[in-house]
Amino acid sequence: MIYEKPRIGVYICHCGSNISPKVDVEAVARFAAGLDNVAVSRDYKFMCSNPGQDFIVNDIKQMGLNRVVVASCSPRMHEPTFRKACEKAGISPHYFQMANIREQTSWVTADSAHATQKAKDQVAAAAARVAGHAALTSREVAVQKSILVIGAGIAGIQASLTAAEAGYDVHLVEREPSIGGHMAKFDKTFPTLDCAACIMTPKMVEAAQKENIHLHTWSEVVSVEGFVGNYKVRVRKKPRYVDMEKCTGCGVCQQKCPVKVPSEFDEGLAFRKAVYSPFPQAVPNTPVIDKDHCIYFQKGKCRACEKFCEAAAIDFNQADEFIDIVVGAVIAATGFKAFDPSPLTAYGYGIFPEVYTSLEFERLNNATGPTAGKILMKNGQPPRKVAIVHCVGSRDRHYRKYCSRVCCMYSMKFAHLVREKTGAEVWEFYIDMRSPGKLYEEFYNRVQEEGVHLVRGRVAQITDITDHPEDAGCLTVVAENTLARRVLRVPVDMVILSVGLEPAAGSDAVSRMLGIQRDADGWYNELHAKLAPVKTAASGIFLAGCCQGPKDIPDTVAQASAAAGEAVSLLSRGTVRTLAEISYIDPDRCSGCRICVDMCPYSAISFDDGAGVAVVNDALCQGCGSCAAACPSSAAGIRHFNDGQIMAELEALT
Amino acid sequence: MSAFEPKIIAMVCNWCTYTAADLAGTSRLMYPHNVRIIRLMCTGMLDAKYVLKAFLEGADGVFIGGCHPGDCHYINGNLKAARRIPGIAAILEQFGFSSERLELKWIGASEGPEFQEHITRFVETIRALGPSQAATAMIL
Ligand SMILES: Cc1cc2nc3c(=O)[nH]c(=O)nc-3n(C[C@H](O)[C@H](O)[C@H](O)COP(=O)(O)OP(=O)(O)OC[C@H]3O[C@@H](n4cnc5c(N)ncnc54)[C@H](O)[C@@H]3O)c2cc1C
Ligand code: FES
Repeated sequence: MIYEKPRIGVYICHCGSNISPKVDVEAVARFAAGLDNVAVSRDYKFMCSNPGQDFIVNDIKQMGLNRVVVASCSPRMHEPTFRKACEKAGISPHYFQMANIREQTSWVTADSAHATQKAKDQVAAAAARVAGHAALTSREVAVQKSILVIGAGIAGIQASLTAAEAGYDVHLVEREPSIGGHMAKFDKTFPTLDCAACIMTPKMVEAAQKENIHLHTWSEVVSVEGFVGNYKVRVRKKPRYVDMEKCTGCGVCQQKCPVKVPSEFDEGLAFRKAVYSPFPQAVPNTPVIDKDHCIYFQKGKCRACEKFCEAAAIDFNQADEFIDIVVGAVIAATGFKAFDPSPLTAYGYGIFPEVYTSLEFERLNNATGPTAGKILMKNGQPPRKVAIVHCVGSRDRHYRKYCSRVCCMYSMKFAHLVREKTGAEVWEFYIDMRSPGKLYEEFYNRVQEEGVHLVRGRVAQITDITDHPEDAGCLTVVAENTLARRVLRVPVDMVILSVGLEPAAGSDAVSRMLGIQRDADGWYNELHAKLAPVKTAASGIFLAGCCQGPKDIPDTVAQASAAAGEAVSLLSRGTVRTLAEISYIDPDRCSGCRICVDMCPYSAISFDDGAGVAVVNDALCQGCGSCAAACPSSAAGIRHFNDGQIMAELEALT
Repeated sequence: MSAFEPKIIAMVCNWCTYTAADLAGTSRLMYPHNVRIIRLMCTGMLDAKYVLKAFLEGADGVFIGGCHPGDCHYINGNLKAARRIPGIAAILEQFGFSSERLELKWIGASEGPEFQEHITRFVETIRALGPSQAATAMIL
């Protein structure tokens, strides 16, 4: 390219009365006119308005400007606007620089003379910088029109169905033997008390039957490499020891297996076999053999399942299988795990048999659960009095500071179900009742009317010491009723601990693989709390459901559909544009030390052994500048934030 | 003699501290006029030579602002900056600058009041230290 001498146009905005009169804009404009390379300098009431932009466009065309500086609001506000104006007038959008004299000057400086001086300095720095700007280019790279979804709870299923409906190939990876996640464990769901299975199973079946959804259950993602549009993914399919092609799902193996193991799906309240499907409606319904408990695997004999399997589907020789796929985008939907209340010893979980967690209660209440949906104590009798303790592990400085959002609502669901099914007296102990959501407050009112005792106060202790002989065998719940300001000691037969939500086990490993940031509690961080709720800082990686934070099913489903929508909108054009403001490494200066290779958080720099220099992959580089700052030879630099440009600013500002 | 008005250069990352500075503006939080802000995409691109250049050009103090650990838009650029700072401070000390003239703070995008507070405090610190006398310090 031929070198052209910079001809800069400088435009100082009054922003109505937001910049002027605090900043003497005319003085700044006069000052700018005397700066190096400045061909024209003007001030105007509203630079971002159409007439304001027209000034720029006309000056570029008529005066042959090739650089533009606008001193107005934050570049986070209007940089795109003015870049477009430059483009419209036929010069590179990168030949533009903004001086932030509103947010960072007129609005924060008390004295007018000081503000004017600061604005002059900023304009001088912008003019010095823009003279060294280069016209940058980026390129289009083709994308893979397929999507990986990690985790098949309701979030993962919903996201997969939405993306598949749009015609995309979806790989849905679930580490359990069946898809479904937590929702598959519930019987009823608040606030409408829909039967969870009735609304969930059709979606599970649809996910299994959709031609372009590839289900990988009993599988885990072991590595993700590449970049937006082209992620290379390796999935490990754990051996089921049951041939999925041959198995008819008849269930005979499960009847014949002699080994009993506490069922994870039933929260340990019932037993499963060593060969098992976690629940009757499991998708797929091919069982898995739990190697750690199978007598054949442990002792070398038994094979009862094999003997009775008419389809000859049992295959003890299966091994790990690795599947390599390429996808354009990834949706993380790893969900949550329930808080383990054992550390809160005052609540007696694990000590008193009639203290349950909420998930255990969900199974007790489930028609396919250990009691076929009857709410019964371990002695087979229905309880006469039940206590429900809110916020166990949540809103607690010692455990989880946050509110888990769903516990108040599911606690009231439990209260309703206990009243309906057993007629027992129900005592709910809450800190604050939180029922924001469509039909949620109405549900709260309904439960109040059903005669539930609602006590505002955190439970101090659950003990088997009772106050009256007639309560022998009961548990006593000790709490302060903070509204009545007195301490209560309530004898009950059964206690349900409404435990909070935590990030799923192993979600940290997934976040590292995908380059997702996590907050202090381990939840995945969205790109922007309000405006980009399902995107992440890694482009092409999206979030759905509870992995991003506790939420109920309606919000989970909405977010999952949104994540699929974002992924589809990213991939539908068939190409993505690489970033322009990224790193470059000058091969003439690179000494081949490779420091940058280790510095890069995106593995975007590789080493070219032939040439003996480091090379940047422009599709991977995000432009953070870690390489540039670390390069001892100043060979690495970031386009648009290079040494020359920053030094020019520094010189003008000091 | 007029009171000493220090010259402060703040190099801050686009995603957190620059946004916090904008927020201080939208919230009309006043702070000393002495600070001149340079936007970096991430503190991870903070090159030691930028800090040295600022002092050589006559800055009395250099303030670096980035995202809180764990919040860096580029995963861990802020931690790289944090590791680099003590080395830069050591160079400054060798040339007779107090290491107090260089400060690194984590200021998140929503922390407008914290931006105001840290900048105000830093300006006061530098004011108390007096002019940097870069010229004499460098010509040994
Ligand atoms: C006791 C209780 C009762 C509730 N009742 C209601 C209710 O009545 N109404 C309501 O609206 N909400 C209710 N909720 C909230 C509801 O459970 C959640 O909103 C919903 O389950 C979130 O779905 P999800 O897909 O995000 O997460 P999950 O259901 O947790 O699904 C995540 C899935 O990802 C899989 N997974 C995790 N990590 C990996 C990995 N690394 N690789 C592969 N797979 C992985 C898991 O095995 C799981 O299948 C309740 C919650 C609790 C605890
Ligand atoms: S983006 Fe703020 S420190 Fe890296």
